[in-house]
Amino acid sequence: MTAYFEFLLRMGDNTLILGHRVSEWCGHAPVIEEDIALANTALDLIGQTQMWLGLAAEVEGKGRKADDLAMLRDAWDFRNVLMVEKPNGDFGQTLMRQFLFDAFHLEMLKGLTTSSEPRVAEIAAKAVKEVQYHVERSGDTVIGLGDGTAESHVRMQDALNLMWPYVGEMFASDDVDAEMLSTGIAPDLTQLRIAFDAHVGAVMADATLTIPDSTFAHKGGKSGFQHTEHLGHILTQMQWLQRAYPRASW
Amino acid sequence: MKPEITQIWDWLDQVPDPEIPVISVVDLGIVRGVAWDGDTLEVAVTPTYSGCPATSVISMDIETAMIDRGIEKTRIKTQISPPWTTDWLSDKGRAKLEDYGIAPPRTAGGPAHCPRCKSENLDRISQFGSTPCKAQWRCLDCLEPFDYFKCI
Repeated sequence: MTAYFEFLLRMGDNTLILGHRVSEWCGHAPVIEEDIALANTALDLIGQTQMWLGLAAEVEGKGRKADDLAMLRDAWDFRNVLMVEKPNGDFGQTLMRQFLFDAFHLEMLKGLTTSSEPRVAEIAAKAVKEVQYHVERSGDTVIGLGDGTAESHVRMQDALNLMWPYVGEMFASDDVDAEMLSTGIAPDLTQLRIAFDAHVGAVMADATLTIPDSTFAHKGGKSGFQHTEHLGHILTQMQWLQRAYPRASW
Repeated sequence: MKPEITQIWDWLDQVPDPEIPVISVVDLGIVRGVAWDGDTLEVAVTPTYSGCPATSVISMDIETAMIDRGIEKTRIKTQISPPWTTDWLSDKGRAKLEDYGIAPPRTAGGPAHCPRCKSENLDRISQFGSTPCKAQWRCLDCLEPFDYFKCI
């Protein structure tokens, strides 16, 4: 597996798994506007997945397509960060996860718009417009609920405490990231972290929420070393049709 | 005898957007190029939003419209760069959207006025709407909700 292929899987698997997670809300959100917003966000993420995994399959050069990568790989071949696998929990937990991911995603995509790989830069330029909308909404909702009622405030602080240990993995650089940086394909994760901390810090202050004083990070998702038990459960649902009826198409 | 490119643009301007049928795919600004490659017509189309389910329907509608005009071979080329922007909506398309009850996009980030009563007393309900390209707003004078075509 080349570093470039693996990097593209990380991008596409993050959007695929989070897109699937968010789509689980369809028909269940507390109000219709939120239901529509969640479904639209999921749709954008799945659309971006088609571009990232489509390019990954081309780069791999083994005749696979985006659908093969999405529907016919098993858990250990996925390269998404652990945070996006986390179950939806309550609405606040879903929106907290969304905001923390969006804030990372926005900085990553901004950096990728000047990638040395023109195809990567093109996808990023397209996706960044959508993600600007995602982060605006998730940030506003985190502020609204954090600085809301006593009940919503407690739930949002609990959600932040729960999700914070999953932030570090997004910025933890490994050999793949180092190669992406040295070849100019992807931006420097330490620089992204600075922008992320400023953005998230400002939103949490407005939301009257306290960021946990800990740098502990659960890892193993983007390297594929050790996913949470939740990923397998997602795949059983997401891949069921292709597993039961191989090569079925619309 | 191959039809002229300008003729093909006219024909494409009669293909309606499947979600908002008052405007054409040309009004929407998603047709980025038309060219002959031998006896195959190549139409470059850019998606509005990367996950928009209307994109594949639009490609099919374009092919069908060309077959109806006697062009046997059409190839749809998906082009994502430069990314689609609402700046590419035609003036004709903007006027039609407004007539239809959808406020056209503005760089200011919100509608100029209610498409029904023209009041400027407006409130945003949600940044997201019934399709990826729209947001939900409401008029505080006539009290009607309406769609706003998001500016991206």
